[in-house]
Amino acid sequence: MSQNLDTTQQEIHEVHIHRDDFGSKMGMWLFLFTEVLLFGGMFILYASYRFIYPNEFVLAASELDMLMGAINTVILLTSSLTVVLGIVALQKNNKKLCLFFMWVTVVCGLLFLVNKYFEWGAKFHHGIYPKGPALQDMSEGEVMYFGLYYVMTGLHGLHIVVGLAFIGFVMWQIKKDVLTSTNFQRLENAGLYWHLVDIIWIFLFPLFYLIH
Amino acid sequence: MDNHNSEHSEHSEHNDGHIAEAHHPSYGVNVLVWIGLLALTSITVSVSGINLGSLALTVALIIATVKTMFVINFFMHLKFDNKVFKIFVGVCMLIFIVVLVLTFFDLTFRYE
Amino acid sequence: MANGTIAVPKKAAEPDFYHVRTKHKGIFAWLLTTDHKRIGLMYLSAMTFFFLAAMTLGVLMRLEMLTPGETIMTAQTYNSFFTLHGVIMIFLFIIPGVPAVFGNFILPIQLGAKDVQFPKLNLMSWYLYMIGGILALFSLFIGTGIADTGWTFYAPYSIRTTTNVSISVFAAFILGFSSILTGLNFLTTIHRLRCPGMTWFRMPLFVWAIYATSWIQVLATPVIGITLLLVILERAFGIGVFDPTLGGDPLLYQHLFWIYSHPAVYIMILPAMGVVSEIIPTFSKKPIFGYVPIAISSLAIALVGYLVWGHHMFSSGISDTSRVIFSLLTFIVALPSGIKVFNWVATLYKGSIEVTAPMLYTLLFIFIFSIGGLTGLTLGALNTDLHLTDTYYVVAHFHYVMFGGMGLIFFASIHYWFPKFYGKMYNEKVAKVAAYWIAIGFNTLYFPMFIMGYLGMPRRYYDYLPEYQIWHVISTVGSWILVSGILIMVFNLVKGIRSGKPTTANPWGGTTLEWTVPSPPPLENFDEIPTVTTGPYDHTKLHEQLRKEYKVQQKTEEERN
Repeated sequence: MSQNLDTTQQEIHEVHIHRDDFGSKMGMWLFLFTEVLLFGGMFILYASYRFIYPNEFVLAASELDMLMGAINTVILLTSSLTVVLGIVALQKNNKKLCLFFMWVTVVCGLLFLVNKYFEWGAKFHHGIYPKGPALQDMSEGEVMYFGLYYVMTGLHGLHIVVGLAFIGFVMWQIKKDVLTSTNFQRLENAGLYWHLVDIIWIFLFPLFYLIH
Repeated sequence: MDNHNSEHSEHSEHNDGHIAEAHHPSYGVNVLVWIGLLALTSITVSVSGINLGSLALTVALIIATVKTMFVINFFMHLKFDNKVFKIFVGVCMLIFIVVLVLTFFDLTFRYE
Repeated sequence: MANGTIAVPKKAAEPDFYHVRTKHKGIFAWLLTTDHKRIGLMYLSAMTFFFLAAMTLGVLMRLEMLTPGETIMTAQTYNSFFTLHGVIMIFLFIIPGVPAVFGNFILPIQLGAKDVQFPKLNLMSWYLYMIGGILALFSLFIGTGIADTGWTFYAPYSIRTTTNVSISVFAAFILGFSSILTGLNFLTTIHRLRCPGMTWFRMPLFVWAIYATSWIQVLATPVIGITLLLVILERAFGIGVFDPTLGGDPLLYQHLFWIYSHPAVYIMILPAMGVVSEIIPTFSKKPIFGYVPIAISSLAIALVGYLVWGHHMFSSGISDTSRVIFSLLTFIVALPSGIKVFNWVATLYKGSIEVTAPMLYTLLFIFIFSIGGLTGLTLGALNTDLHLTDTYYVVAHFHYVMFGGMGLIFFASIHYWFPKFYGKMYNEKVAKVAAYWIAIGFNTLYFPMFIMGYLGMPRRYYDYLPEYQIWHVISTVGSWILVSGILIMVFNLVKGIRSGKPTTANPWGGTTLEWTVPSPPPLENFDEIPTVTTGPYDHTKLHEQLRKEYKVQQKTEEERN
């Protein structure tokens, strides 16, 4: 059924996809599930090793600074609030206030990363890292604890970076009036991603910092 | 179903959800939730200081779960969303829990 | 017409999607397309190449196994070959197979939609697939050579071996991402883009199958994602989580690996079963028997499939309690599959059966897949498994279900939707000869493996005792028959694409929506989004419409004469 059509005389055809905010939100939620299961695998490993080495986990956790962890928790919870306030502001057509709240969110995220940098730095300084000198003298359970600590907080930190990039992109679109009080699904989606990153930390905090 | 029949949630979608509509956006409610989250955080930190033995982990996880429920339902808006999203989240949670439990059937009986 | 819509005879034919004027020209009309039909075809081309590459590896492996000891390659090479054969077949052919090619091309049309929900994401899935595939093949040519761990990459060997594990594993990670995005796309498409009147229980069973599969893709794949990432981190940084010398537990690797890889086999087979549920009604000229049970059984298989992974670990050292539980759950998961087989056979009963090539592949599938499924039960029972695990019996079992299952239906699907893809027909006689040839070759290749496995021949072994040789020889001869059959099939299809007879919108008499649009379809699939008023397998309207069209055809011929 080949057609001898002079294609240059046709109009250019593209399939026109109508805007679908509900579908867009659904896609984002489904993507979040993949993140849940990605971290879920790590949480299964954590649960397993904590079960196998309960005392060693207590011992190893004493190396962590609980105050730092708590501060980071408050920072992320606050950043989740400001994301939502930003969305509300945009919905109420207050672009300036929206961007203000989004900036606060970004600053919170960066603060979190700075804290993480200092935390990790302090540990490296003491030789506490995979294959590091301090770990040679530790029990197997403690080695497992720190292995999990670095992978899980590292992966989490990577997601903070991605989340910040997403939020930055969305802020740019708000500034350019691409996203408005009647077109805000993408901002909501960025918020959803950010909240997930917050939720993961809500679990990481007690599991690594509050073992006494 | 969610695109053609009238499945009403608190957000009744006039246009089947193609254009999202904000429903009573409020700063106040969210700030209250945030305060609740901060309170729960300080509770979990304080409780960790008390010697609860094997119960400590359970308590910590329960508090974390409550915090998560607040974030999901209010910040992520799930409470006000179409039923399909709630079902989706339920399915995801179910699969994760089931897999965790089955793995522990091995571990608990191997490392006795 | 199909599903209750009335066809309006068109005057000027809109160009089909190959000939429509696109924004990009030449090769870029393909490489930068977001049209689900083109993306499906691009997957098909790439997949054909990867399949033939992995098939060649298989042929060479069988040549090596003709005699004990070294025949044509060293032991190290043999280990690398079965690793790469597995990685390509599983991650580049069987898992993406039916969804990526036929899900992409056909699913939106069966829903009455113009495309998937996220067309650009769809293209990105294809690019991730290509990058992953190229990376996997790349490991052949660089550094220390292909991984020799088997496609399962078990720790601690995968952490210690100096071969290119990290590259292979990273390739699999990327391919997993491709799979996730495809699943996400299809789920949203099915929720949001069903045409008016198409309620959930009026969707074709192929769509139900893709729906269930997509949930597995989204929820299970990330687990292997993190597992593979951990292997790379272990190799690079010595984290320790799978390394017994550091306190890690290698069994946890196996748990995490199979938590994905068992559900993965349902990603492989569910879409194929969905196609079977399409082909059988079409070529029995009657509606499917048990539409609702088949639809629900797809969901049930997807769900229960998450609960059985431990049956890959019965001899690895997991607790007795968990072994009993996993064995019980494994028996339960066989039930929904059985429901499907019974319903298919019931559909055939009193049908007006037409054995075309797709139908022939499907009938062969029912027989061959059942053998595979039943032998799965002997492996699911703890006592028999301990004798049979890690022998050739397992190799035979999974080739019967994966190749005899998904593979045969992949071939069936190509033949079934061939007219829709290309607007032409292949040679039906040659196709059927090839199908029989393939079936004979397949059974000659794999059935002896059940026997020698039972007799104790271990799998992944390069060398063996002389008493097994007769079975290996029969098996290798089978591989030659099978491969020649496949080549005949491929040549026949390529010839059909080049110079096959032009065909109509509905040469088979199918009742689902893809048969109401031209072959090949125009860019947006439908002039107007249809409205459906009946279930997908309603043959009465079709018969009426065919009678009407026949009368119109008679009339125009009379007027011409």
